[in-house]
Amino acid sequence: MSGAGRIWGLHLGLIAVLFALQFLLPAYHHGNLARIMVLASYAVGYNILFGYTGLLSLGHALFFAAGMYGMGLGIQHGGLSPAPALVLGIGAGAVVSLALGLLALRTSGVAFMIVTLMFAQAGYLTILYFGEYTRGDEGFVIQSAQRVLWGIDLSEPSNRYFAALVLFAACLLLSLWLIRRPFGRTLIAIRENEERVRMLGYDTQAHKLGAMVISGTISAAAGAFYGLLFGYAGASFGAVPHSILPLLYVLLGGAGTILGPFMGALFMFYLIDLSSGVTTAHMLIAGVALVLLTLFAPQGIMGELRRRAFGWLP
Amino acid sequence: MSLLRTRGLSRHFGGLIAVEGVDFDLEEGEVRALIGPNGAGKSTLVGMISGRIPPSRGTIEFDGVEITSWPAHKRIMAGMSYTFQITSVFPGLPVRENVALAARRRVPQGEVTQAVEAALARVGLGERIDQEAGDLSYGHQRLLEIAMGLVQRPRLLILDEPTQGLAEGEVAQFKALIRDLAGATTILLIEHNMQVVMEVADRVSVLNFGEMLAQGTPEEIRANAEVQAAYLGGGDAAA
Ligand SMILES: Nc1ncnc2c1ncn2[C@@H]1O[C@H](COP(=O)(O)OP(=O)(O)OP(=O)(O)O)[C@@H](O)[C@H]1O
Ligand SMILES: [Mg+2]
Repeated sequence: MSGAGRIWGLHLGLIAVLFALQFLLPAYHHGNLARIMVLASYAVGYNILFGYTGLLSLGHALFFAAGMYGMGLGIQHGGLSPAPALVLGIGAGAVVSLALGLLALRTSGVAFMIVTLMFAQAGYLTILYFGEYTRGDEGFVIQSAQRVLWGIDLSEPSNRYFAALVLFAACLLLSLWLIRRPFGRTLIAIRENEERVRMLGYDTQAHKLGAMVISGTISAAAGAFYGLLFGYAGASFGAVPHSILPLLYVLLGGAGTILGPFMGALFMFYLIDLSSGVTTAHMLIAGVALVLLTLFAPQGIMGELRRRAFGWLP
Repeated sequence: MSLLRTRGLSRHFGGLIAVEGVDFDLEEGEVRALIGPNGAGKSTLVGMISGRIPPSRGTIEFDGVEITSWPAHKRIMAGMSYTFQITSVFPGLPVRENVALAARRRVPQGEVTQAVEAALARVGLGERIDQEAGDLSYGHQRLLEIAMGLVQRPRLLILDEPTQGLAEGEVAQFKALIRDLAGATTILLIEHNMQVVMEVADRVSVLNFGEMLAQGTPEEIRANAEVQAAYLGGGDAAA
């Protein structure tokens, strides 16, 4: 089918462009883009639950932090090398998202938002409580010497960029594959009309739990890579604003589109970056951007593109 | 043996008695119409049978197995299929995907595309397969509902007022479809259009104020004085 070819071509093409940019970008933007790709991976995870399944979580920082601390504490206190530390972080995210899913999915709508928010807050307080190990708000640095993966020094910028690209490509292609499969299509249908899906013979509860675990695990992978690539783990990554962040990215980029999370992360990052040169109230700029967005492009960048011109975008 | 049996099936909403003590048997292969005035409890009864609404009391057996506590999805997998009285499709998804979602649950992977096309052709929506469901007319959305039920190749197909909002030609087509399915599929049909009931049903059950008032062949029901008083004599009867 040429439709499938076009879709895979577009997404693989983006990955190829990002690969090429590595050699072209000046150092400052090169560093930014590495960070954007990791944050976009976080948003890709968020988008599976929010954009595709229609469940608005306000607690994804819990998963990001589970990945970050699972990895970071594994290195710092467990003496692990990066590879098993990453596995530990991602595994921690899977377990935490399964546990939260089992509890929070008993609710829906606003109650679901509140429950996820409260559990994430509990996670944040847990990080502070165990300050002896986590160093609380201050956080801890993961030394360059501890960040050598299979002989590759991840504190070196181009290695770091490449590792971020590998993570992002994996998350992007996984989400694309997932959404095109029957499981992903069922998630979309749940977002559209859950009662109907149930009466077509689907265990919607199990599907939502699956979405939660996949979403949380991808977010945890982003957290684990973030800590490893940038050499730092801190409690602010588990705090409420960090749960709102992927929501903003996804809204800006287009909820329920595969490229939306990346576009949102890219635009928001540079919006804040540019505006903080002008004013200290850069969150205000982000707020204004969101208001304009909801007024003029309520479906986000990719959502508008899909609606206006490219109906085939997944 | 009956395909479906309910005993003492009841559902109360707060103080309101929607369905009370219904004993209902459905033989394999028959077409049964369920009629009754507005608010009689017809949708509530089939809602309990399909697992959409938990009963307050009573039991349900399907194919000799007690399923009272089964969740809806398990009942669908066991061979029930349910279409909604209030059209409930996926408006933002293409017609094809609406039916495919229904098909994937019951049809082997490799046969889904073919089954979807066949079901849509059968209800006369073959040409609209790539449209968005939300863009269809109301009548066509009703037909889409029916296609979503059909494609699951159910043993028991439950249709809640399928002809509501259909044009005359479409009603004729629907009657032909039911006759075509009869025998192979057991059909439980809630229907206000008495002409459809008289033409397609093997037997008719009448529900009134949540209780089973009468059961019999269409002719018996037509001749039943009680039923006439409760229902057929009413305003919307002779339609
Ligand atoms: N979820 C609910 N909560 C409260 N009352 C309900 C609920 N569902 C149905 N009822 C009430 O139960 C009674 C039976 O409703 P039901 O929908 O089963 O009737 P019906 O026979 O299908 O009617 P119609 O021909 O209008 O579709 C009605 O009085 C209705 O108002
Ligand atoms: Mg009804």
